[in-house]
Amino acid sequence: MSFEHINFPVFGQVDYFGKQSQQQLQPQQQYTPSHGGKKNTLDPIVTGTSIIAIKYDKGVVMGSDMLLSYGSLARFNSIQRMTKFGGNTIIGASGEYSDFQSITTTLNELVTDDHCMDDGSRLSPEEIWNYLARILYNQRNKGNPLWNTCVVIGYQGGKSFLGKVDLVGTCFKEDIVTCGYGSHIALPLLRKARDDNPNMNLEQAKKLIEDCLRVLFYRDARSSKKIQIAVAGEQGIDISGPIELETYNWNSGEAAVKNFSQV
Amino acid sequence: MSSVGSGYDLYVSTYSPDGKLFQVEYANKAVENSGTLVAIKTKDGVVIGIEKLVPSKMLCHGSNRRIHHIDTHIGVGVSGFLADARQLITRARSEAKQYRQVYGQPIPIKVLSQRIASYNHVHTLYGSVRPFGCSIAISGIDQYGPQLYMIEPSGSCIGYFGSSLGKGKQAAKNELEKVKFSEITTREAIKEVARIIYSVHDEVKDKDFELELGWISNETNGVHQLVPKDIFDEAEAYAKQALEEANM
Repeated sequence: MSFEHINFPVFGQVDYFGKQSQQQLQPQQQYTPSHGGKKNTLDPIVTGTSIIAIKYDKGVVMGSDMLLSYGSLARFNSIQRMTKFGGNTIIGASGEYSDFQSITTTLNELVTDDHCMDDGSRLSPEEIWNYLARILYNQRNKGNPLWNTCVVIGYQGGKSFLGKVDLVGTCFKEDIVTCGYGSHIALPLLRKARDDNPNMNLEQAKKLIEDCLRVLFYRDARSSKKIQIAVAGEQGIDISGPIELETYNWNSGEAAVKNFSQV
Repeated sequence: MSSVGSGYDLYVSTYSPDGKLFQVEYANKAVENSGTLVAIKTKDGVVIGIEKLVPSKMLCHGSNRRIHHIDTHIGVGVSGFLADARQLITRARSEAKQYRQVYGQPIPIKVLSQRIASYNHVHTLYGSVRPFGCSIAISGIDQYGPQLYMIEPSGSCIGYFGSSLGKGKQAAKNELEKVKFSEITTREAIKEVARIIYSVHDEVKDKDFELELGWISNETNGVHQLVPKDIFDEAEAYAKQALEEANM
């Protein structure tokens, strides 16, 4: 009688201690899923939404809200998503916040090394941007990307800088940079404003960024109205404190309470 | 010369019969032949000044630096062999960086000083190595305020209000004892350090020297840096004037 069609051990029909059965059983044990493989970030967990930035006549302005979402849950509502690096550069990040924290640590090491060198030259915003692009591109080549889109602004030696790097390492310099929902909603608004007024001043640029963030708050369900505005210009670099956006007040809850009390 | 250590000075792993480690003492000799270093700790900062002896007129101004940054909040001044000191500086930088990676905060000055002292100390334990021919002054500001530590080739690590190293060590110490460390401001300390270095400089033996000043205080936002040109010039002018008045 042939047992070749049976591929599982049956008592009395398999030679448990024989050479043949060991060879058959071992490969099966090796490839059980519980042994696990290399695990990578497949999707972000705690995320920030859009960052938008635009050049004005003597510098750059960047804006972001302060919300971190956990999926669709508005998880942390007062977190700064922009960080200073050295005396000339600010980077804002959307996407996975822990990945941005890791980037921050790496770049701060770079800045500290530059300080220790003390050779009279300081890392320019463009150099930091380029280095950041290498980090992100290198990580994506390992199949384990840092899940961020970073906007780099800076001002050094009378020159303003505005650039962007995304999670696959794509990087470019532009006069207007947006990411996430901002690329759909804020970008056309920023372009139109710049076409209408090519030499806008700081106040106009700040107002424009604020207006765009307000529109984003209305349309992007992962955004909040608590924002910050960063400026890189002749006065150096600065990140503002939290700003509460003036928005239309629906009074929807109030109406419900009134109607309820009338019943 | 061969009778000086009578064979007990060849390795650092052997004591002499009267309990000395000649190699360590020779390392200290290397420091004593070097330009004077003066350091003062004040309420809100630390100043390090160095009399950098210039071996050749053809050297560029500012070369062979003796004040270095370790982290944003730490700086060191070195006296002795510069090449040996660079080894310590490199080590200190990596210790500071590693501490940040592990604990996510800047390394306390005391911790760094003790680690560098340990590094010095292990070089006094084996026949295969020699002690570093340099002493360093570590200055910085951390959560415990301004700090000043001196580290010697023996591996000792001691905190000070004010201290000095090198050729004019003793003369500088006499001057330092007159300083009121709890009252002086960091800016005043810069002038004082400059004055002491000019006063202990031996013009007969060493012709040329370059003053190097480094500071860290609340005024520098807790960042260690070389003293900016305007303050430096002011301090140097004050030191030169004081020297002239003393010679009159």
